[in-house]
Amino acid sequence: MSGSEEKLAQSLAAIAGEANTSGDPSATGEYAIHGVTPKAMVRPANAEEIAEILRMCAAEKLGVVARGAGTKIGMGGAAARYDVALVTTRLEKVHGYDPGDLTLSVEAGARMADVGKLLGEHRQFLPLSVPYQKRATIGGTVASGVDSPLRQGYGSARDFLLGAEFVTGDGTRAKSGGRVVKNVAGYDLHKLFIGSLGTLGILTRLNFKTFPVAEASGGFLALFREESGAIDFVRRIAQSPVAPATLEILSPAMAGVLGGQARLDGTELAPVESWLPRSGWAAMAGFGGSEKVLRRFEAELGRMANESGAAGTIALDEGQRAQAEERLREAIPLLLEASPAATIVRASVLPSRIGEIFAAGRRSGEKHGIPAAILARGVGVVYVAFLPGTSDGTIFEGLAAAASEVVQAAEAAQGFGWIPWCPDGLKNLATIWGSGRPDAALMRRVKQAFDSGGILSPGRFFGGI
Amino acid sequence: MIAGLERIVGREQVLTKEEELRLYEYDGSVETGRPDCVVFPGNKSEVVEIARWSNRNGVPMVGRGAGTGLSGGALAREGGVQVVFSRMNRILAVDYENQRAVVEPGVVNLELSRAVARAGLQYAPDPSSQKSCTIGGNVSENAGGPHTLRYGVTTNHILGLEVVMPDGEMYRIGGAAVDAPGYDLVGLFVGSEGTLGLVVEITAKLTRLPESVKTLLAVFETTDDATETVVALTARGITPAACEMMDGWTIRVVESWIRAGLPTDAGALLLIEVDGPREAAEEQAAAVVETCRAHKAREVRTAKDEREREALWKARKNAFGAVGRVAPDCYVQDGVIPRTRLPETLRRIGEIGKRHGFEVGNIFHAGDGNLHPMLCFDRREPGTFERAMAAASEIIALCVELGGSITGEHGVGMEKDRLMPLLFSETDLELMKRVRSAFNPSGLLNPGKLFPVSKSCGEIRAPAMGRGPSEPIEGARNERVGSDAETRGGTQR
Ligand SMILES: Cc1cc2nc3c(=O)[nH]c(=O)nc-3n(C[C@H](O)[C@H](O)[C@H](O)COP(=O)(O)OP(=O)(O)OC[C@H]3O[C@@H](n4cnc5c(N)ncnc54)[C@H](O)[C@@H]3O)c2cc1C
Repeated sequence: MSGSEEKLAQSLAAIAGEANTSGDPSATGEYAIHGVTPKAMVRPANAEEIAEILRMCAAEKLGVVARGAGTKIGMGGAAARYDVALVTTRLEKVHGYDPGDLTLSVEAGARMADVGKLLGEHRQFLPLSVPYQKRATIGGTVASGVDSPLRQGYGSARDFLLGAEFVTGDGTRAKSGGRVVKNVAGYDLHKLFIGSLGTLGILTRLNFKTFPVAEASGGFLALFREESGAIDFVRRIAQSPVAPATLEILSPAMAGVLGGQARLDGTELAPVESWLPRSGWAAMAGFGGSEKVLRRFEAELGRMANESGAAGTIALDEGQRAQAEERLREAIPLLLEASPAATIVRASVLPSRIGEIFAAGRRSGEKHGIPAAILARGVGVVYVAFLPGTSDGTIFEGLAAAASEVVQAAEAAQGFGWIPWCPDGLKNLATIWGSGRPDAALMRRVKQAFDSGGILSPGRFFGGI
Repeated sequence: MIAGLERIVGREQVLTKEEELRLYEYDGSVETGRPDCVVFPGNKSEVVEIARWSNRNGVPMVGRGAGTGLSGGALAREGGVQVVFSRMNRILAVDYENQRAVVEPGVVNLELSRAVARAGLQYAPDPSSQKSCTIGGNVSENAGGPHTLRYGVTTNHILGLEVVMPDGEMYRIGGAAVDAPGYDLVGLFVGSEGTLGLVVEITAKLTRLPESVKTLLAVFETTDDATETVVALTARGITPAACEMMDGWTIRVVESWIRAGLPTDAGALLLIEVDGPREAAEEQAAAVVETCRAHKAREVRTAKDEREREALWKARKNAFGAVGRVAPDCYVQDGVIPRTRLPETLRRIGEIGKRHGFEVGNIFHAGDGNLHPMLCFDRREPGTFERAMAAASEIIALCVELGGSITGEHGVGMEKDRLMPLLFSETDLELMKRVRSAFNPSGLLNPGKLFPVSKSCGEIRAPAMGRGPSEPIEGARNERVGSDAETRGGTQR
């Protein structure tokens, strides 16, 4: 430990205690991001300590990267300055859960799994079915902006995050929104935090609307020889009274990756080999309701699958639907494990244009000789994963080109594209944020308002913010 | 200076005469604020030019849709130019397959739903004022409505905006696809009450009309029974499309004018709508009926047909107007509480009213705990106005005490700026001001709104003079709205 690191660790320890601080490279190494190890790690106990830490860091112009369990810390660019890893996992209290009002207020470091368990006791849930469910924190989930298969039926975090408390870059504690389901007092600053990758402030507490678990649930899978059939099926669903909670299309390669034997965080995922086909394009819907509603949906979906020329269909029972949802939820980690240099593009386009992204993904994969797997959500979000068999540096150029081409295809289709996950070596090669946006200047002004000293995850966000 | 504006929009699109301006010093609230002039831009570039003009000359500027706002948001609190969007009322494009619409800000809320109904679609947020309010105004206030219980409020339906900043720069934020990368600026702009930029184009989601709709009217002897029913519905996880409540006093007032067949001897009623696929709507309706009965509903009626359904909704959506006929002045409040506290809150509101010498009427979005207590009074009686304001302040303080909010949909505007400290600390407000300044550095856009102007807190601002119930001023509202019907029809794809 050099002198400056020791001094920093001491200052942090004065705030959060020795036991929750380290400047020792053997301990800080695990907090490295894109090969950069921070000078110190600190695990504050509460918002007040976070504020104190940030005030100190602001005064000394130290770069701070917040993290929960670190499951999605690889998203985004490399930090221009990374001195302190601020870990939120000790902020894990539930401050208020009012099942009768369907609202929840919870600290940012609470684990998704624990929150899920708590809500489950009251047959409620939060529609954030996000990767690394076992370890992921709720703050990291919101700040990383990962999406969830359940957005088809329930929307994304911006639709049910009611308010938040946070600490801004100068160490000021502030909040916005509230805890009731309807509220228009003040600016919705909390919405800015969704997907902000820790660049505006450190979330300390989040308030959500919760949802009742449906009486029963089921699913439906239709298999198509061509992607066009799957796309047509999804289009028909959008024009029908069927209201699925989840709706995705899997390319054959994607079904291969998601459908195999899989272990995650030490747990075996429930096997799906017996029913998840791995040839052809699969379109899968999950839905809830009474038995009567489920039967109606199955019948309608069967009819529409037929009209779209499905090669086969399967009605999924409650257990199978849960298994399917687990696989869809954990798609990102499963893809990252499937290749030593997995590179995942997230494109969003109008639903009628997802075919263009499919084509671009396939074309670029073939052109650069890299296997591509595709997962599309009904709302128009398409994940294209390039999965090379090696992480040899020679493939990086092709990999970067392939990913960038898909991003461009999304933009050409009047949508958006960026590259949330790729090997460190690719962060500079590929345009991970796409070709820029006309409103980037406004975003810089927002950043300035929250973190004028530029100490929070500098350079990690959109357009180098 | 006015000549500069006239050069931008044409002489006939600028109002400066005293008697004309008077129409624009009101909105739906009890506030006033007279502009020095009113302009009616016809397109985006004119808005850009107006903003540049305002910036160059240091003249305050405020946007206005239909002027139905209930918190004085559109009023020129510090004078200056009021930019009225009633001429920018075209539906620019409808993408039926992807369920999107691109509209100008002056499009009237209901007009959009009407225009897409043929294709089985609707624009879901439906404020009770939807026949007159504009989508630009809805975006600025993050408007709600009866059906937002199930479908979500305005912000849940807006994907992209084009905004003109106070310095005249124009930006496109968000887009037609979901998840624009970067900060969610659309989420920030929606509900910013016209203090960050002028909205000149809106990309909205459209929603499929439900296959089946059932409208139920549950009649109760007491308000307690009705509110207990709402608590039970929520706790049972039944989310109707809408769940509106009307107390006995309001029922009698409304029925005397609208004649929708409401039971005038009832203590309260719930207007509940369930929708969705046929089977789901039927089951939900049955569950609602059962819950109402279990909570002593005297009667639960189901609307037999579209005509009955419309009559019930007409009674609901015109209630404020009805109240306006029985009292010279009426102050509609807007507060939110956790839904579990509904019964106790209504009782306490009644007590607060009594203590100040008022009977409080209640007609509100019960399903999401969004209260609209109405205080009726006659300001010619000395002291009543002050008492009404004091009672309203107490009611809002009660909402906050119970963990709720000072406004669920009407906004802060210039009505509740002083109440903001009940919810937000000085540092919270400082940060919000910094965000405002990031977009509106000169503060020339909609000055004097949202943030407390003085430090005194906890009191609703007593307006200089007020007007009756929350109906927009006829002349001002209708003067330019709806003159463009052919263009509107013709531009749809
Ligand atoms: C009888 C009645 C019933 C109502 N019921 C409801 C209800 O159920 N739910 C609800 O939420 N509200 C309700 N309201 C309140 C009101 O109708 C809404 O707030 C509505 O959204 C205002 O729209 P408007 O076009 O009248 O806007 P205005 O009142 O003209 O303006 C409102 C705000 O928007 C700003 N603004 C307007 N256009 C633009 C623009 N293009 N760019 C930037 N800023 C702009 C103004 O500056 C102002 O701050 C009701 C009002 C009345 C009178």
